[in-house]
Amino acid sequence: MKIFISAESKEKDSLMDPRFGRCQIFSVYDTETKEIISMDNPGYTSGGGAGIQASNFLIDQKADVLITGHLGPNAREVLKNSTIKTYTSSPKNINEILKDYLENKLVETTN
Amino acid sequence: MNIVVLSGKGGTGKTLVSTNLVKYMKANYIDADVEEPNGFIFLKPAIKEKIDVKVKVPFIDKDKCKKCFKCTEFCRFNALAKTSDKVLIFDKLCHSCGGCKIVCKFDAIEYVDKKVGIIEKGHSEGFKCSRGLLNIGEPMAVPVIKELLSNLGGELNIIDSSPGTSCNVVNILEHADAAILVTEPTNFGLHDLDRAVKLVKKFNMPFAVVVNRVTEKYNIITKYCSRNKIEVLGQIDYDKDIAIMYSRGELIINKEKYLNIFKALSSKIKEKWL
Repeated sequence: MKIFISAESKEKDSLMDPRFGRCQIFSVYDTETKEIISMDNPGYTSGGGAGIQASNFLIDQKADVLITGHLGPNAREVLKNSTIKTYTSSPKNINEILKDYLENKLVETTN
Repeated sequence: MNIVVLSGKGGTGKTLVSTNLVKYMKANYIDADVEEPNGFIFLKPAIKEKIDVKVKVPFIDKDKCKKCFKCTEFCRFNALAKTSDKVLIFDKLCHSCGGCKIVCKFDAIEYVDKKVGIIEKGHSEGFKCSRGLLNIGEPMAVPVIKELLSNLGGELNIIDSSPGTSCNVVNILEHADAAILVTEPTNFGLHDLDRAVKLVKKFNMPFAVVVNRVTEKYNIITKYCSRNKIEVLGQIDYDKDIAIMYSRGELIINKEKYLNIFKALSSKIKEKWL
């Protein structure tokens, strides 16, 4: 299972970026390999519709879970029509957020 | 002859200058600030005609769509989104380029009309007035602006622009022969005037400045203009009476002392550009 967290940087202890569409980096945790890799968010440089582009990127990357601060209406509409589960967190260190998620402490975003 | 009144900074007096100038010069008035047109409050024209402004947006035939997602990959405006089982359309982001219809191999995309605003046309005492009105919630004003300015006659037209230096203003300037830049003697006014000057210079058209809300005759705007060899067409005082008249929807040329400002502006415009 692949867990995407919107992040401020590629650093291992980066803070979560509360923005989804315009975050620069996605930190991606793979529950099988137990590794975190980082990916550039194409929405970061998008001229418009960043949330839609970021959502499409997650679908292409076969993401299972997204953890972010806030989802805009367009991104929400796309993700609602996908199998990706979204969770909201306050902007903390991504490792703490991952721990919260694995301990079922995060609340799933309701549409 | 189309003269555009623009500003850079918002709220500096574009509508004040254009409406009073129109009335004094008996020119046609075109309110191209389609996101918040307010010139009709002062000119009170009788509206004779309303025309819908429509844009083309994609419509997807679900039976024909094979979910190849070529269209979502193609759309650079992200107006089409891929989901697990269908294409979602965000028509507010669509620029009506037609590309998705071309890349669709299954002929599943049709273009349909979507109303984004209206054009209102009418006349006041001896001159024509028109304005564009963008529907509330619509993010793209350019289609309404293009439609509004598409068939201007050859007579003197004064176009009240939107503020800023965005695509809206660029599209308005494409229809202009000369520009009046209205600003105020504040740092914000100067900063945004400089941006507007840089934009107007790209169009290679004559332009001049009107300074509004003036408390001192020599101010940061007049200094900027003399440094950059830009003509100051006129200055309007920072005057409570103007604010009162404006708030009542009155033209300030109804008062003698302001009439003289517009008399002078008008003769300078005629001398320079007409």
